[in-house]
Amino acid sequence: MSQPLTSTPYTGGVPAPVPTGPVRLHINGETRTLQLAPWTSLLDALREYAHLTGTKKGCDHGQCGACTVLVNGLRINSCLTLAVMHEDDDITTIEGLGTPENLSPLQQAFVDHDAFQCGYCTPGQICSAQGLLNEGRAHSEAEIKELMSGNLCRCGAYVGILDAVKEVVDKESSDVGA
Amino acid sequence: MHPFTYSRATDVADAVRDKAGHVASAYIGGGTNLIDLMKMNVEQPAHLVNVAKLPLSKIEDLPDGGLRLGATATNSDTAWNEDVKKRYPLLNQAILAGASPQLRNAATNGGNLMQRTRCYYFYDVATPCNKREPGSGCSAIGGYNRVCGILGTSEACIATHPSDMCVALAALAPTVRVSGPNGERTIAFEDFHRLPGDQPEFDNTLAEGELITSLDLPEKGFAKNFAYLKLRDRHSYAFALVSVAVGLEMDGDTIKEARLALGGVAHKPWRDQSAEDLLKGQPATAETFGRVAAHVVANAVGQGSNDFKIELARRAIVRALKQAAEGQQQAGDMYLGGQ
Repeated sequence: MSQPLTSTPYTGGVPAPVPTGPVRLHINGETRTLQLAPWTSLLDALREYAHLTGTKKGCDHGQCGACTVLVNGLRINSCLTLAVMHEDDDITTIEGLGTPENLSPLQQAFVDHDAFQCGYCTPGQICSAQGLLNEGRAHSEAEIKELMSGNLCRCGAYVGILDAVKEVVDKESSDVGA
Repeated sequence: MHPFTYSRATDVADAVRDKAGHVASAYIGGGTNLIDLMKMNVEQPAHLVNVAKLPLSKIEDLPDGGLRLGATATNSDTAWNEDVKKRYPLLNQAILAGASPQLRNAATNGGNLMQRTRCYYFYDVATPCNKREPGSGCSAIGGYNRVCGILGTSEACIATHPSDMCVALAALAPTVRVSGPNGERTIAFEDFHRLPGDQPEFDNTLAEGELITSLDLPEKGFAKNFAYLKLRDRHSYAFALVSVAVGLEMDGDTIKEARLALGGVAHKPWRDQSAEDLLKGQPATAETFGRVAAHVVANAVGQGSNDFKIELARRAIVRALKQAAEGQQQAGDMYLGGQ
């Protein structure tokens, strides 16, 4: 079978190869070099390239908080940042906070307080709450509510979420004698 | 998202050079607004210059008694900075009234000034919008315009600037330092953002290729008598329908000096210096506040679904002035950082 001769090369409708480059990320204590296009969000890099699907894509526009991860200990929306901007940053996802055999204090508190229904927002809620603990600025329920407002839960499990976070906040502040 | 190339600048000169060397290029800081706009195809840069890691993240004293806020300092680091909390609590309150902790952790000070309107039609590429596509028309005029402006609008555009931080800055009147292909210059904050006129595609007065390097606050921070009052559809994590920033200097019950700026009502943070002049030398009474508030909204024009903003703004001004004069802060400010 021969192709008809034309003035332009035949590509068969296949798009040009995506220009990718190596991006070195430290994810949950492990150094990973991923081959990524510059427009790959940190969220997509984690889910599609590092195969860590604990971090969830909710709105993909910074409005729901489901994609919250910790970068150098600070919580951010991984959907609104490019992976390539985080070369050599330390990234912690829900997979890095605890293990099924050894849950982190927040993960255990979420179980104890039934702080979820469908569970889709939970990894973002827990990473956000870990960021809140790292910041150390929330003490009262009102402060926790305000400083967790970047995480939506459409099942409405807010009461349990608040109880879970408050329990760990209280425990941490009593541990440091504050 | 449209494909683009990417580079990370090593210093300001490198960033300016890199941007000038690429057509349709853009600076990216935190990216919290720009990446969203790129996903929606509202912005389609062909090249991004990452400026987030430039050495511009310090917050430091200025020799004239003011405070320099580095352009790449995050909104979080700025809000919680000890000097900002103590000397410019109005700024602390305004920043913490905006967005969410996650967004404030990524968003930079320079980027906050550069963020674009959240007018529905600007985001919806299927509809005409003079800001997005000059000459195509304004869908918000005669459309669904609940979030749009009531002051300083034009026949071409009724969009509002979405920032909380910038409303406090309008009241505090810093200088914006910028670097560009033609060197460095400073812009008074008042002159940084612009009204839409017949060129709504320009949000501000930056020249092509210029990069914000810092915001230099003057010494006067109105730390004793201030208020940032933000009114919105839900108590947290929502843009302002109307917000008011007030700084007062009191002499007993008399207003010695006043600053007054509004958010959610115009294409730029709306500082009203004629209202500030009206407050000067007056007793801090309900009568004074009512008169000044009426003056601020005297020329306001509703667009239909945002008519309510005129009365809302008038009442919000009265309340914010009262809170500032009495040295009260608004409810919800328990996270000022005093604990």
